Amino acid sequence: MTQPNAAGATRRQRYEAAQRRRAALIAATSTALVAAAIVTLVPMTPGWEKVQRSFFNYDTLVLTFPKLLEAFTINVMIFAWSAPAIAVLGLLIALARDTKSPALFPLRIFGAAFTDVFRGVPVILTVYLIGFGIPGLGLPRPWNSPYIWGSLALILTYSAYVAEIFRSGIDSVHHSQRAAALSLGLTERQVTRDVVLPQAIRNVVPAQMNMLIALQKDVSLLSFIGPVEVFRQAGVFKSLLADFTPYVGAAIIFLVVTVPATRYADYLMARQRRDRR
Amino acid sequence: MSKIVSLSAVFALMATSAIAAGECAAGKTLEDGKLTIATGNPAYYPWVLNDAPESGEGFEAAAAYAVAEEMGFAADNVVWVRSSFDEAIQPGAKNFDLNMQQYSITPERDRVVDFSEPYYTAPMAVLVSPGATETEPTLDALRILKWGAVGSTTAVPKLDSVIQPDSDVLLYGDNADVNAAMSANQIDAALFDLPTALFLSAVMIEGSKVIGQFAPDASDNPDQFGMLMEEGSALKECVDAALTALRDSGRLAEIEAQWLQDTTGVPLIQ
Repeated sequence: MTQPNAAGATRRQRYEAAQRRRAALIAATSTALVAAAIVTLVPMTPGWEKVQRSFFNYDTLVLTFPKLLEAFTINVMIFAWSAPAIAVLGLLIALARDTKSPALFPLRIFGAAFTDVFRGVPVILTVYLIGFGIPGLGLPRPWNSPYIWGSLALILTYSAYVAEIFRSGIDSVHHSQRAAALSLGLTERQVTRDVVLPQAIRNVVPAQMNMLIALQKDVSLLSFIGPVEVFRQAGVFKSLLADFTPYVGAAIIFLVVTVPATRYADYLMARQRRDRR
Repeated sequence: MSKIVSLSAVFALMATSAIAAGECAAGKTLEDGKLTIATGNPAYYPWVLNDAPESGEGFEAAAAYAVAEEMGFAADNVVWVRSSFDEAIQPGAKNFDLNMQQYSITPERDRVVDFSEPYYTAPMAVLVSPGATETEPTLDALRILKWGAVGSTTAVPKLDSVIQPDSDVLLYGDNADVNAAMSANQIDAALFDLPTALFLSAVMIEGSKVIGQFAPDASDNPDQFGMLMEEGSALKECVDAALTALRDSGRLAEIEAQWLQDTTGVPLIQ
């Protein structure tokens, strides 16, 4: 870092400051132009008035928003118990696929089949099949609740993804570390638990944040098998009022939650890149 | 004998009014000389039989052809398309002249789209799972059941305002999903319009039963089905005229008697 001399900034610093100002000005102008174009041109389209009435109806939003927020607590609830289960099951599957012993070959096969199946099937199909199928076997209440089996469908699907991410994290820890730890006299188990996993998990935290955000949105798929969460509640209002604004309200609620989470994931990833340099 | 006479009178009446109404609809449909009618995908029994509205079998299919005829469209000039509820109420141009899939007329919906005169008044009915068939048709007995309904129907506000169940209601996307939930014993009871409930209990869910209906005039907002049209549709007056003529001539009641089960055996809910 060069210190400013007695006469103020150096010529290079002045030049760079001017360049930055210029870039900021151009960015601001182009943003303002695009925003102005959207604000003036969209309302000039012939269908705007109808679209506005059907999607951006302020009265409908005010009327329905409190009920939507209430329904969102169901999303939060399902998310809250699914996420930890996904983390645990995902890690177990990753470890199962990472075993080395020949005797544990069936475990590796199971891990591979599990990820193949649940990554390969659309979430909504899994939700339907497990959410209606397993209770249909004749389970008594409350064990046939769509909350339980719907959550299980989410947990299985997301575990498959999360397991793959954990596995990439485990692979990212160099083999020499394992060898070094073994040569120090640690058992295989200790090596995995104390040397590999702490680094592996740290490495994949940003990627797992993205899975959390995706899960937060996919919780809504449980609405197909009964629970009245925010998406279904918005759908009920849409049908009764013949107005799509409640969907916009639901989208706002999702954004308020996911945008900060996305930014946080970006921040974690940027920090990780810095640390690796 | 008298039936034949009255029938021929009906036909004669239809023939004369058809010519008049044919002029009414001229130039007001999507395609000149054709009437495009939308139904559900799939269309459900007993409204449309075998998901084939072209056959004219089922209450709505038969009523649609009767209305078309009354408006001066021959049967082969009726074009069927499929639409979802959302497509019907989204802003913008529609791909149908009329949309007929048990749309309940509500003032809120009427602001966004046009409805014809009602062609059917549907009482709401309670369908219960095989395990709950002994439930008394009283509000107190119904309240303690675990309820389900199709989320896009007027059954939802009815449940909230009239039955007020003790536990949370579960809502589904369509009739088939309500079936699945009832078969999986996740719900005890579901609220449908009476013809749909009777069909589901007779054909779809073994052992289930329709234990009661709400008198259609008991609530301040009876469920009346109307044909849905684009807001401000020029066709509305022609459709209304056709439906009024069909009702006055008794033809609509005939179609109803032919395709919808006798609903008088279902007790009223106290």
